[in-house]
Amino acid sequence: MDKTARSGAPAWLAPLLVILIAGSLPLWITSRFYLHILIMCCIWGMAASSMNLLMGYTGQVNLAHGAFFGIGAYSAGLLILKVGMSFWPALLLACAITVIIAALIGPVALRTKGSYFAIGTMCFNVIVTMVIDSWEELTEGARGLLGIPRPPPIPLPFGLTISFQSLAANYYLALVSLLITLLIIHRIVRSMTGRTFMAVRSNEELSESLGIHAMRTKLISFLISTFFAAWAGVLYAAYIGFLNPEISDYHVTFELLIFCMIGGLGTLGGPLIGAVMLTIVSELLHGVAFPRLVAYGFLLILIMIFLRGGVMGGLKRVGVRRGR
Amino acid sequence: MALFIQQVMNGIMLGSIYSLVALGLTLEYGILHIPNFAHGALYMVGAYLTFLLAASAGLNFWLSMGLAMIALAFIGMVVERLVYRPLMLESPLSSFITAIGLIFVFVDGALHIFGPDFKRFPPVHTQVIQVLGTTITLQRVLIVGITVSLIVLLHLFIKKTRVGSTIEATAQDREGAQLMGINVKRVRLMVFALGTALASAAAALVSPLHLVHPNMGGPVILKAFVIIILGGMGSIPGAILGGYIMGLVESLTGGYISTSYNEVFAFALLVGVLAVRPTGLFGGR
Repeated sequence: MDKTARSGAPAWLAPLLVILIAGSLPLWITSRFYLHILIMCCIWGMAASSMNLLMGYTGQVNLAHGAFFGIGAYSAGLLILKVGMSFWPALLLACAITVIIAALIGPVALRTKGSYFAIGTMCFNVIVTMVIDSWEELTEGARGLLGIPRPPPIPLPFGLTISFQSLAANYYLALVSLLITLLIIHRIVRSMTGRTFMAVRSNEELSESLGIHAMRTKLISFLISTFFAAWAGVLYAAYIGFLNPEISDYHVTFELLIFCMIGGLGTLGGPLIGAVMLTIVSELLHGVAFPRLVAYGFLLILIMIFLRGGVMGGLKRVGVRRGR
Repeated sequence: MALFIQQVMNGIMLGSIYSLVALGLTLEYGILHIPNFAHGALYMVGAYLTFLLAASAGLNFWLSMGLAMIALAFIGMVVERLVYRPLMLESPLSSFITAIGLIFVFVDGALHIFGPDFKRFPPVHTQVIQVLGTTITLQRVLIVGITVSLIVLLHLFIKKTRVGSTIEATAQDREGAQLMGINVKRVRLMVFALGTALASAAAALVSPLHLVHPNMGGPVILKAFVIIILGGMGSIPGAILGGYIMGLVESLTGGYISTSYNEVFAFALLVGVLAVRPTGLFGGR
C-alpha cells in the first residue's frame, strides 16, 4: 500500500512531482514534434488507464476496448461535422452514446467468462470496425472523416478566453483529461466499489457467496471503462482532425493491452508509464535502419520475460528490497 | 443448385484449412493456456518455406510441404522453449504480449526478407474433376483428403502412442498429470511441434490457391481463435467441427448474401452463439 512511505517520503509526493513536471513541460519544450508526442502520450495513457480499470482491477479481458475508443471518436466526429454541434456538447454526447452501446452489449457479453469473454469481445471489435468501414452513408467508409476542428475557445470573465489553437493548449486539455481519469480511477479503486471489483477479479464465485452482485459489479466497471475510452477517443478526433476505420481496429486494442502489460497491469500508474514509454520508443525507432517492428517485437518479448509485472512490478521489487 | 454445391465444396475446402490451424491452436490455447496469436505468423512462415522449396529450389510440392512441416515443428519448439517457457507460471496475458511481439518479429522480418509483394505458386494440380454437375480442381479435393488424413493421424497419435496420451492426460488434468510423473515441459514442446507443423501443412495446402504474402496469417488466426471458442476450448472434435462450420458459413454467406460482408458473418456467428450459450457450442456447463 504505502511503499513510498516505507522509504521515508509521503505517498502524495511522487504523484505531485509528476503533475508539476508534466504541467511545466510546455514551458521549456517548444518543439512542435515533442509536444505532439506528449499529447499522444496523454491520449494513449488515458485510453490504456481506462482499459486497466476493467482488465487490471476487475479481471475482465475486454478485447473490444479499441472499438469503444473508435466509437467515441467517430461519434464526436460525426456530431461535429454532420450535425454541426460544437466540441463541448459533442464530447458529452459522444461519451453518452458509447456508454449506451456498452450498456446494450455488456449484459450479454459479461455472461461469458475468461477466454470466452476475451475472444467474444474481440469479435465485437472486428464487427465494429467492419461496420464503420462499410456504412459509407454515415461514416464515409475507408475515405474517413476529414477536417474535424479543434475545440472552440472557452470564454472567461474579464474578456479572457482559453483558445485551443496552440499545441500547448491542446496538451493541457489532454493532460487535464488524463489527470481526471487517473483521479477518478484512484478514488474508485480505493472505495468499497473498487474492493468489490477486486473481489470479482480474484474469484467470481467466492465474491458472489459474500453477497457481491458479480454481474452488476462487472457491468459498472465496464461502463466506466468505456466512458473514459470514449473521452480519449473524442480528444484524439479533435486533436488529429482525421478519422478512418483503423482507429477502431483490434490492433488499437492490442496496442492498449501492450501499454497496460508493459507498464504494469492493475496498478494506477502502470498503463500510463507503458503508454509514455512505448509511444516514445516507437517514435525513436523511426530513425533506426534495422527493421523497426522487428526491434519493437523483440523489445516486447524481452520486457515481458525479464521484467515480470511490467515496469511497476520491477519498481515494486526494488522498493521491497530497499525496505528490508 | 449448382451454385449451392459449388459453395458447399468451397466451404469444405476452406473448413479443412481452418480445422488444421484451429487444431494446433486448441492444443496450445485450450490445453496449455498459451494464447498463441503468433500461430498465424508461423502459418505464414510455413507457406514461405514451402514456396521457397517448391518454386525456388524446384522440389516436388508434396516433398516441400513435408520438409516445411518438419522445419516448422522445430521452429515451434524453439518458440515454446525461448519465448513461452519462461512465462509458464505467469498469467496468460504475459504470453499474449510476447505472442504479439513474435508477430512483429516474423511478419516484419518476412516483409524485409521477401518484400511486400504477393508470391504465386506454380500451379500444382490443376486437373478438373466433375462432381454432381460442378467442376472442382484436383488441388481442392487433395486439400480435403490430406486434411482428413492428418486429422486421423493426429487422433491415432494421441490415442495410441505413449507420448500422445501424455498430451491427453495434461489436457484432462494438468496437476494430476504432473503427479503421475508426466513431464509437462515435454508435453508443451510436443504440442508446439504438432500444432505448428499442422499450421504449416494448412498454409502449404492453401497457398497454390491463394497467394503467399507476409500478412496472410492475420485473418486466419483471428478465425482460428473464433473456431476454438465456438467448439469449446481444448476440444479436438470441437476445433474440427468449428473449422468446418466456419468454412461453410463463410462460403455460403459469400455466395448468397455478399462477398464483402462474409467475414462479418463468421464473427457475428460467434457473438450470436456466445449470447445464447456463454461457454460455446460444445463447452461444458
